[in-house]
Amino acid sequence: MVPRTVLLRANDEIETLNYSGFRDRLASHLADGRRVLSCFGTPQTEAPTGPPVLHAIVLGLTGLEQFCGRGTPGDEFPSLSALYPQMHCFEREIHEQFGLSFPGHPWLKPIRYEGRNLGRMDDYPFYQLAGKEVHEVGVGPIHAGVIEPGHFRFMCYGETVHHLEIQLGYQHRGVETLLTKTPPRKLPPLVESIAGDTAVPNVVAFCRAWESLCGVPTRPGVEAVRGIAIELERIAMHLVGVGGLATDVAFLPGSSTYGRLRTAIINLSMRLCGSRFGRSWFRPGELRYPFGPKEKDDVRATLQLVRRDLALINDLFGKSQSVRHRLETTGTVPTALARDIGMVGMAARASGLTCDLRNELPAGVYQQHAMPLVTEPAGDCQARAVVRLREMDESLSWLLRVIEDLPDVGADPPALLKPRANSTAVSFEEGWRGEVMHAIRTDAQGQIAHYKVQDPSLRNWFGLAQAVRDNAIYDFPICNKSFDLSYCGNDL
Amino acid sequence: MIPILEALQVRSSQGRQFVPDVRAANPVGFRGLPVIDMNPCADGCTACVDDCPTNAIRLTPFALDLGSCVFCDQCARVCPQQKVKFTGGYRMAARTRDGLVMKEGVATLSAVEASDRIRQMFGRSLKLRSVSAGGCNGCELEINATTNVNFDAGRYGIDIVASPRHADGLILSGPITVNMAAALELCYAGMPDPKFVIAVGSCAISGGVFEHSSVLDRSFLGRFTPELYVAGCPPHPLAIVNGLLDLIGHADGKW
Repeated sequence: MVPRTVLLRANDEIETLNYSGFRDRLASHLADGRRVLSCFGTPQTEAPTGPPVLHAIVLGLTGLEQFCGRGTPGDEFPSLSALYPQMHCFEREIHEQFGLSFPGHPWLKPIRYEGRNLGRMDDYPFYQLAGKEVHEVGVGPIHAGVIEPGHFRFMCYGETVHHLEIQLGYQHRGVETLLTKTPPRKLPPLVESIAGDTAVPNVVAFCRAWESLCGVPTRPGVEAVRGIAIELERIAMHLVGVGGLATDVAFLPGSSTYGRLRTAIINLSMRLCGSRFGRSWFRPGELRYPFGPKEKDDVRATLQLVRRDLALINDLFGKSQSVRHRLETTGTVPTALARDIGMVGMAARASGLTCDLRNELPAGVYQQHAMPLVTEPAGDCQARAVVRLREMDESLSWLLRVIEDLPDVGADPPALLKPRANSTAVSFEEGWRGEVMHAIRTDAQGQIAHYKVQDPSLRNWFGLAQAVRDNAIYDFPICNKSFDLSYCGNDL
Repeated sequence: MIPILEALQVRSSQGRQFVPDVRAANPVGFRGLPVIDMNPCADGCTACVDDCPTNAIRLTPFALDLGSCVFCDQCARVCPQQKVKFTGGYRMAARTRDGLVMKEGVATLSAVEASDRIRQMFGRSLKLRSVSAGGCNGCELEINATTNVNFDAGRYGIDIVASPRHADGLILSGPITVNMAAALELCYAGMPDPKFVIAVGSCAISGGVFEHSSVLDRSFLGRFTPELYVAGCPPHPLAIVNGLLDLIGHADGKW
């Protein structure tokens, strides 16, 4: 009844270990090469200032697995990051939120300046390089374009970047606290504002978690339209990204053509749901705007036109010497490094990793209509551009198939407002950047006790820092655009 | 095919993309300006107020504050009297905060009055610096779109510039986080006089869905009152361009 991308458990059914058992279990999964999708802390109900309860979500052989770790005051949790670098951001987040010290962690830098770090943006422990001709270049938090804020500091020798420090947190809006205390009926608009460019996967992940907690089965017709919305957003945002890359390398036909094709896609979303970003399209149990023959014809006609013109510009973009000269071998993250640091989503697939939850855990409409996996081995800016171009093609073909085979939507079920008490639902969705997670834990009264969100950007920012090493500083804008990460998704 | 012919083919597929008259465009399907019917509310009904995520609605007399509204359509859907109806209207800007309040029985917001001072100085050339202070990238994408091939604000002399030193106006998005407050202040201080602030989107105008967050610092707006507010979540590029043209006293939006 619960989709495969959702894990629903009564809180006392979740296997709970002590810190040392939790750490051993996590280490054995990491040693086996399993994907650790998330590791986060929640306050203990009985002692909110005590050691946090830790939660790990792992992609096992048969699906999602969850286990918890409970500590007592004075318990140590030796860091796993030194052995498994991909754990660095999880441990840093838990440290920043709960003060757990993780002995042996290489560097517990702030993730987003929340809690006791709030407002201390001038206090960042930048990595230092020494040497007579070594210099630092600081950029941001306000950048030259219309873009979210974040600070980048480059340690350079001449034009070569030896190291990039990324300081985030400027966008911290207290999302998790707000999600936990907002009445459920008012949650969806907030969920859609966690990262406005990823509104659809966020609200779909929330809806599935909430529907699971309320015991309402998903309906194939609604799932199909959700999939359509997610893929339209993917195409639109890939067009933004590739158009931005084209602008950054001064390939003007790409800049203008990808830009106007994006307009065509988001205006289609607007005709379908009233919003160019898919806002308010979905609510738990509910498909708010009809998707009938008229809408189907509109989608088909629009996508066919986009596909025709996209093929022309992709061909020109792919053949342009000046584009390839800038993108190839720039900002490379080799496969092994991408795996070690836990990269996910589109950027990871461009480094040859096969992580894509639409493939690993196909649910809903992705079960009936498989989405081909797109990977590129090279891990450079060109690979990230090509993955995005190829994913657009796959999504277009997939959409044109899916709209010809739409299950009946049926009538909306009654409002869903009574979630199971003492339960946890963890829900994933593969958005255009990568996997988005929503984890909702209810208390004995069925109220939301804790709401955890994870954007793929949390794990991928360190990939960007690795990508620019030994590159020329003038290539940074291309590297940054090729990753296209979310600032507010990280900062929450 | 010869490369130049391929480039020409792309160019010809592009056609003419700009919106010829931004005053008379028709963004089909857009959920914009809500109009409020004169029907009385059902007795004692508070369905819309109970569900509104941003407390944008006041009853007796009924009023909807577009500076808080996130256009989620919930009030219209729960109202038994069909009192609120969202239309395709995109003229959703005002010179004052109160000017964004939509009242019963009116079809539009009051027209944005041009500022003589701003028209005189920036009427033919207005350079803006965008600062996102907690924006979710929705407003940022739409601000960016005002200068794209479709909305093309550049044809009216309106541009977004890279440095505060080149800017006449600061276009603010996001609810202003504690962590971004100092940088926003620095940016504004770095802009040469004369200068002014434009608030774009519900978050910048009222805090929006983040209004009750404890990690905001909105004191900047207490010190520097915006000359223009543009409503939306996010605002349509047409709302931004039209608001700006009104502010600088551009006679019409034709090109």
